[in-house]
Amino acid sequence: MSSSARQNHNDPVLRARDLICERDDRLLFRDLQLTLTDGSALRIAGRNGTGKTTLMRGLVGLNILLEGSIDWRQTDASPWLYVGHRPGISAHLTVLENLRFLARLRGLDPDQAALRQALAAVDLQAFDDSPGQQLSAGQQRRVLLAMLYLPGLPDCWVLDEPFTALDKQGVLALEHHLGAHCAKGGSLLFSTHHEPTVFDYATVTLGEHMTEGAT
Amino acid sequence: MMFLLRREWLLSWRRRSELINPLVFNLMVVALFPLGITPDPDELAVLAPGILWVAALLATLLSLDLMFRYDHQDGSLEQVATSGTPLAALILAKILNHWLFTGLALTLMSPLLGLMLNLPISLMPLTLLVLALGTLVFSTIGAIGAALVAGLRRSGLLLSLLVIPLYIPVLILGTGSINAALAGVSFVAPLSALAALACMALALAPWVAAAALQLSIND
Amino acid sequence: MAFSMTPVWRWFHRWTSPPNFYRIARPWALGLMLVGGVALLVAWIWGLVFAPEDYLQGNSYRIIFVHVPSASASLAMYLSMAILAVISLVWKIKLADMVLRQCIPVGLTLTALALISGAIWGRPTWGVYWIWDARLTSMLVQLFLFIGMWAIHTAIEQQKLADKATAILVLVGFVNLPIIKWSVDWWNTMHQPATIRITGETTMVWEMLAPLLLSMAATYCVVAALVLYRTRWEILYRERKTRWVQDELGLRGQA
Repeated sequence: MSSSARQNHNDPVLRARDLICERDDRLLFRDLQLTLTDGSALRIAGRNGTGKTTLMRGLVGLNILLEGSIDWRQTDASPWLYVGHRPGISAHLTVLENLRFLARLRGLDPDQAALRQALAAVDLQAFDDSPGQQLSAGQQRRVLLAMLYLPGLPDCWVLDEPFTALDKQGVLALEHHLGAHCAKGGSLLFSTHHEPTVFDYATVTLGEHMTEGAT
Repeated sequence: MMFLLRREWLLSWRRRSELINPLVFNLMVVALFPLGITPDPDELAVLAPGILWVAALLATLLSLDLMFRYDHQDGSLEQVATSGTPLAALILAKILNHWLFTGLALTLMSPLLGLMLNLPISLMPLTLLVLALGTLVFSTIGAIGAALVAGLRRSGLLLSLLVIPLYIPVLILGTGSINAALAGVSFVAPLSALAALACMALALAPWVAAAALQLSIND
Repeated sequence: MAFSMTPVWRWFHRWTSPPNFYRIARPWALGLMLVGGVALLVAWIWGLVFAPEDYLQGNSYRIIFVHVPSASASLAMYLSMAILAVISLVWKIKLADMVLRQCIPVGLTLTALALISGAIWGRPTWGVYWIWDARLTSMLVQLFLFIGMWAIHTAIEQQKLADKATAILVLVGFVNLPIIKWSVDWWNTMHQPATIRITGETTMVWEMLAPLLLSMAATYCVVAALVLYRTRWEILYRERKTRWVQDELGLRGQA
């Protein structure tokens, strides 16, 4: 990815230029430019099937079909925290074990209290000892979101449809949390159909001004 | 690294009923040979090394498909891939764990099966050693195949097609060692070649499998 | 990455662009096919009619003019595929993927041809069609490897993923090939110490060797031409949505 290893904080966290993605012989988007700076939030909008998920997965290195120049500012640890559609929760591990594993992967070692606090933030404190397979899809998703409440996370969060599994109160709580994250200087790239009201963000809409046809 | 291994152990332990299947399969395949060829103890003793190896190879193939299946389906793999922990570390943990729960288990079964096939008892220590080494290579090379097909829906048979040719040297060296001992000649050459193969596979395969897995995570 | 800026690299990139290669490949394919075809015909007539009889095997050895060229070409094919796989994985040249894809069926056919001709040759030489001779056995394993490549490329639906997965498999197989070859040789010496050596270098007289070498060279030309032809089709198929292919095929303006 990036060849320059500068730690200059005036650099944007992400600078992506001339992104192009073709999938099953269909052009999803092209000439897409994205810039994400510290303390800011960027929302990827667009109707279903316009390539929001493909774009976000491509940016974090999970989709090689996305082409173009993608420059993340180099950091020592992994530059992102990614929340995708799949919950990342093993059916045979308990909620607590799952959450601890997600933290350990990022080199964090939160204590029991921090883990419980994170679970409480997504309203799952009663489930800490249940195996993943006993949770509903929405609850599994919330375990992954609980990760956002752990201390010591990377500064850049990439969240694909983070609000889907939450009720009204949960959505509001998460919006406040994301707002606080940006206020502390973190950056946020997210996709959602609904429009958060609590914090400021820029929007990039996919599927507009797209010309059909060949290159 | 240790936390990855611990997780794999825990997961395998909680799914242990699934892990019994390859072992039972191994027993059944071995039982087929006397029924299909001959019950004569002397002839069986000659065939025994080959039968043990082929059965262990097939049983390993059967178990490989599950190596990445669950983690791919539930999204754990993409969490690892975006976390900064190298995929190769996870794969190495999975290889060691797979060997522990499948390869080593198959190895420990082999003296019993050897007795059923009239393999001389004096050869049991060597059989154990060679099978332990060989199944380690099976798990290691198998990880590459399993990583290549992790994203595909019906992949069991395809996985076998990819992996069997790569298993042939192990089969040859493994049976060769036991056969050499059976014939009373030195088994050092094939055994050390097998050990070299195991070292090479362990050093290279996690990286290759990581590249393959990175492809399989694509949606 | 500084390399990507050099003129050589830019020239290489332009040269391997699908439209350019599509045009360049046409005369090459035609030329190689003509030269190779004629040379193969000459070599076979020479080998089958004019070359002397083998004092040990009589006329049956003459299948060597099919067997050895196809076996050696299939090995050369594997080597080129490994190089293509590296080019595809490291430099991400699209053309390498397309050529690699079309090398698979050609290599598979060559390996099968070598096996079948070997078996036919085995009947008069050994008295049986198949013998677990070291060379035949490694050829068989090579056939398995080709089948595996073909199978995985067909199984993965996304073109780009299929290409990369196949390239990885080709390289893994390539690293394994010498190990397989060595282990099969070792296994063979253990089980049957003395089979008849068929193509011992010293036993070959010049009158036999010359048509053999000619048939090998001719086969290489024909195989290269086949790969070029097939690559041109692959280019057309993969780039079918682009303007230049539509122009090439005269499809534009009709819709």
